[in-house]
Amino acid sequence: MAVNPKKHEMPTQAPQVRAHNFQEVALGYPVEIAVEEAKRCLNCKNKPCVNGCPVNINIPDFITQIKQSNFEEAYRIINQSSSLPAVCGRVCPQETQCESQCTLHVRAKMDPVGIGRLERFVADWHNAHANEKAQAPAPNGHKVAVVGAGPSGLTCAGDLAKKGYKVTIYEALHTAGGVLVYGIPEFRLPKSIVAKEVDTLKELGVDVETNVIIGKTLTIDELFEMGFEAVFVGSGAGLPNFMGIPGEAYKGVYSANEFLTRSNLMKAYKDAPQTPIMKGGKVAVVGGGNVAMDAARTALRLGAEKVYIVYRRSMEELPARREEVEHAEEEGIDFRLLCNPIEILGYHNPDDPRDPKNGFVTGIRCVKMELGEPDASGRRRPVAVPGSEFDLDVDTVVMSIGTSPNPLIKSTTKGLEVNKWGGIIVNEDGLTSREHVYAGGDAVTGAATVISAMGAGKVAAKAIDEALSGK
Amino acid sequence: MYKIVRKRILNPTVTQIEVDAPLVARKAKPGQFIILRVDEEGERIPLTVAGTNPEEGTVKVIFQVVGATTEILNHKEAGDYLQDFAGPLGVATHTEGIKNVCVVGGGAGCAIAMPVAEEFHRLGAKVTSIIGFRNKDLLILEDEFKACSDQLIVMTDDGSYGRHGNVTVPLKEMLEAGEQFDMIITIGPLIMMKFVVAAAKPFGVPVTASMNPIMIDGTGMCGGCRITLIQDGKRVTKFACVDGPDFNGYEIDFDEAMSRGRMYAAYERHAYEKACNLFKDA
Repeated sequence: MAVNPKKHEMPTQAPQVRAHNFQEVALGYPVEIAVEEAKRCLNCKNKPCVNGCPVNINIPDFITQIKQSNFEEAYRIINQSSSLPAVCGRVCPQETQCESQCTLHVRAKMDPVGIGRLERFVADWHNAHANEKAQAPAPNGHKVAVVGAGPSGLTCAGDLAKKGYKVTIYEALHTAGGVLVYGIPEFRLPKSIVAKEVDTLKELGVDVETNVIIGKTLTIDELFEMGFEAVFVGSGAGLPNFMGIPGEAYKGVYSANEFLTRSNLMKAYKDAPQTPIMKGGKVAVVGGGNVAMDAARTALRLGAEKVYIVYRRSMEELPARREEVEHAEEEGIDFRLLCNPIEILGYHNPDDPRDPKNGFVTGIRCVKMELGEPDASGRRRPVAVPGSEFDLDVDTVVMSIGTSPNPLIKSTTKGLEVNKWGGIIVNEDGLTSREHVYAGGDAVTGAATVISAMGAGKVAAKAIDEALSGK
Repeated sequence: MYKIVRKRILNPTVTQIEVDAPLVARKAKPGQFIILRVDEEGERIPLTVAGTNPEEGTVKVIFQVVGATTEILNHKEAGDYLQDFAGPLGVATHTEGIKNVCVVGGGAGCAIAMPVAEEFHRLGAKVTSIIGFRNKDLLILEDEFKACSDQLIVMTDDGSYGRHGNVTVPLKEMLEAGEQFDMIITIGPLIMMKFVVAAAKPFGVPVTASMNPIMIDGTGMCGGCRITLIQDGKRVTKFACVDGPDFNGYEIDFDEAMSRGRMYAAYERHAYEKACNLFKDA
């Protein structure tokens, strides 16, 4: 039977509808399409896709189970490698990972198998149909502490709990999930899915202590005094970067972290929220990553009449996932490429210092850019075009240009070495310069993907198990 | 959940609660703050620690009813529970080497100034406290200040209690009389702190100001609490939650901080009225 060269499309909400609600954009495969898509998999012997997966999910095996409609068995196979399948099926950049290695794609120049969509299908099927709780294994007597309930911490905790470790996760915020709850919006990753994955970990015996800031409420040294034998630090990204241009303190300028946290974690997108956020008007989001796309699409759903992405390079260099960029374009986000902000403009009434409009953003002044010689990153360096300044009238500016690591743990943990950017230094096992202290995710790498953080959590869990099981 | 163990009304709009939070109680130092949420849908609000009882495991915070969240919080009684209570956050007030300190508090800011004065007193420093209020009815913590200050001056804007005038009047008098403070620590409305800095400037006395900007996470993630310092003519962004809340008063761009503090003023007023009506109906 000839293989269908095209990946099955996943149904989505129509752009003009979804641009005004916070419900999920992509709706997932129905059963028949999932089975059809699974049948495109050649079940290659050498399984190149598995190597493309940061957590090495046994992809051909779970897809084989889908072909036979054994969805729960497919889930069991994924779950051996991934603690968060419903999350990864949604937010992983599969096009640069597993799917980029797919034989259909590499050899036959067809669309790769929709591995991510199938993973999501399996996880959603499980969540909708399975009602037995996860079984906590027999305890092995060892205690491990995990700092941060984000993707790396949840993964590390899940892997260790499955081996019988008593794991306690300490989370600084009031809800577990890290970037999955404060950063990634509801329309891309419903929070109920994150909550469900966290509940599964709790069923495995993991304790989640919210409102505990390691480095402040407790230190890493105190965790060891409390009897934990190893600590995994997955404290995530840190302070947001700003551009250092005039006007960044005007009211209406947010970091992407703040804007998304207000909307996602604090639920400012709901009617009459207790946490306010600036809604409506015109919005400029500065940056070209996935976070910038999330911020722009959130602004649109909050009721903005116009949303710009302002990015200093061209579409070719824009780092966000293609799918997210396409979704954003369909929804009407206006991409202003090869543009760089040089100043944020604010309202100032010279006659009335008490005018309530004083100090609010009125626009963003940009300069056009052109691409020059390649820089250290290999990308062509954008250079300002003299005399090309222009203004965009906006009410809100969201700066989405990266983060710098959080200083709280470094400053309170003696002997924990960090690099010049403040990222925690680890070896290939995730071990830091401190004995029995491991780290992974954005706290080590700086802002990266959910799945790479999960991969790091997994590596550290394996190393912790090897270090402690011999004891 | 975190139990409110005790509640004390300090004046018609300022309330003190003691909350069961043993881990925070063990660690919190004067100048640090906590973040709390009243209920499941609640806002995260930062409140400075006003004292701790590590043995009992309780943390004291004092708040002024200024908006919807503090209005709802004010309706909680001893025995009720708060949804979240996290901390201690921020850097504790710097005390090392300071032997003669002047603590200048204004309004509800005195709630934060008081534990700082107490700490200096405990460390054996000479403590002069100047506390100011709009009128007699709003006076708080006078006895507490008396107990930890070598000298206490109470000011009211309308002269209904203590001396008539604002806190900079006696501060200037003392500085002019040759008082050699090692440090002036000021906590209160931004406009007051700005004028305290201006009063101290001609005498070259260092001033520390405790900032209280809008925050969300309070742990160095969102950047909402950023303030601008002017260092060697350069504008430098700092984050009150991890770099502060105390900053060198001479470096702070107070006008910018005042403007940013009003970002949600219209929204807050509306939400506050709604919250008040809610309790009226009930």
